Amino acid sequence: MEWLYILMPIAGVKIFWPGLIILGIGVGVIGGFFGMGGAWMVTPGLNILGFPMAFAIGTDIAHMAGKSLISTMRHGKFGNVDYKLGFIMLVGTIVGFEVGAQMIMWLERIGKVDMVVRWIYLGLLAFITWMVFTDIARRKAKDRAAIASGQEVDKNATGLEWHKTLHKIKIPPMVHLNVAGIYCSAWLPIAVSFFTGWLAGILGIGGGLIRMPALIYLVGCPTHVAVGTDLFEVAISGLYGAASYTYKGRTELVAAIIMLIGAAMGAQVGAVATKYIKGYGIRYVFGLAVIGCGISIFLKLLGVYIPSVAGVCDIIATYLILGLVSGMALYITIKMVQGAKREIAMKKAKA
Amino acid sequence: MFTKTKALFACVVTFALLAPAMAFAAGGGGAPIVMVADTRKLTGIMAWWANLYNESHLYFTILTVILIPLIGVIFGVLADIIMHFIGIDLKSRDLAEH
Repeated sequence: MEWLYILMPIAGVKIFWPGLIILGIGVGVIGGFFGMGGAWMVTPGLNILGFPMAFAIGTDIAHMAGKSLISTMRHGKFGNVDYKLGFIMLVGTIVGFEVGAQMIMWLERIGKVDMVVRWIYLGLLAFITWMVFTDIARRKAKDRAAIASGQEVDKNATGLEWHKTLHKIKIPPMVHLNVAGIYCSAWLPIAVSFFTGWLAGILGIGGGLIRMPALIYLVGCPTHVAVGTDLFEVAISGLYGAASYTYKGRTELVAAIIMLIGAAMGAQVGAVATKYIKGYGIRYVFGLAVIGCGISIFLKLLGVYIPSVAGVCDIIATYLILGLVSGMALYITIKMVQGAKREIAMKKAKA
Repeated sequence: MFTKTKALFACVVTFALLAPAMAFAAGGGGAPIVMVADTRKLTGIMAWWANLYNESHLYFTILTVILIPLIGVIFGVLADIIMHFIGIDLKSRDLAEH
């Protein structure tokens, strides 16, 4: 079975290449569906396959750039990408990311970086989870109230409406974001992207996990547009990140290309699946993904405080993440296949 | 209530203004680590690739930045063709909910 292993020319290790393709498909499906790069899922996956950690981040970012590009193209055709909003946010994202990355250097000097980062991350994930599920609960309550009073359910109703308050800030210049259907101060997306970029820089992540809910709850994008626009951001920042990590010699391009074969296909499946799932369905599954990510971070923290269980916690965290990736990718793929079957059947019935 | 909000706003603004200064004061960089690919076991394109990495990280980066989007688009288009062949509409989305 030697042919199932490939020698990585830079890292110098033999890797089970079908594992890279399977991992690529899994994160591709999830990334195309949620609008995120998925570094938190890929890194433990690469680790399990025997990848040296020094190359894991660079390799992940390189494949992420390619996969996000193709997802953006697909979402763009569905009308899910607000390019104007994407370009405005790019400024804030880059500046915020650099400031965050520099702050990490400062924290490294005073020797507290690991704990600070992990606690911020955990707090943030808990907040996002609360936000998503509170939003869903309030939206359901609105639907129930509408049905009880005999009114029609408003399809555009939202649970949390923070964006409406933020849209009242009228600091010029004001911008019309036609695809997202928003009229607001240009400073709102700039400030939001600076904040999410800063957090991403501090946490050392791509930022999709933070930016996607920020686009929904703070900027006020519909879910599908938030997914598409976020992927546009991930594609551009991913390409920049890939160049940066590769120049530092931290990318194993052969592995990235093998992963990309699976991820490019998977990303298409994930992006097409958004056709068949309502916005709040996407938010619900996203909330579950955030819970999974949060539990894995908590397990890592537990290992720091109780060293005797660190090994067990690490193994549980890794399998939890991989189980979550497999489960979610399978769920999204099934939904996509069911939706496609319905669509094809309807086309045949019309013809 | 209004005073508390104003105080909170002032704190956030102060932090936002001071954050870059703190960040820049931290300097940057890290321990310089030199990684070299072992080309002894490699042949053909893999050996060429590893040699390129060892000789110039700049050329290696330029090629990476070109190859990644190109390969992504090739396989993405391939998936497009397959899904179009199956009969999925890849140009519109009917669901319009928030």
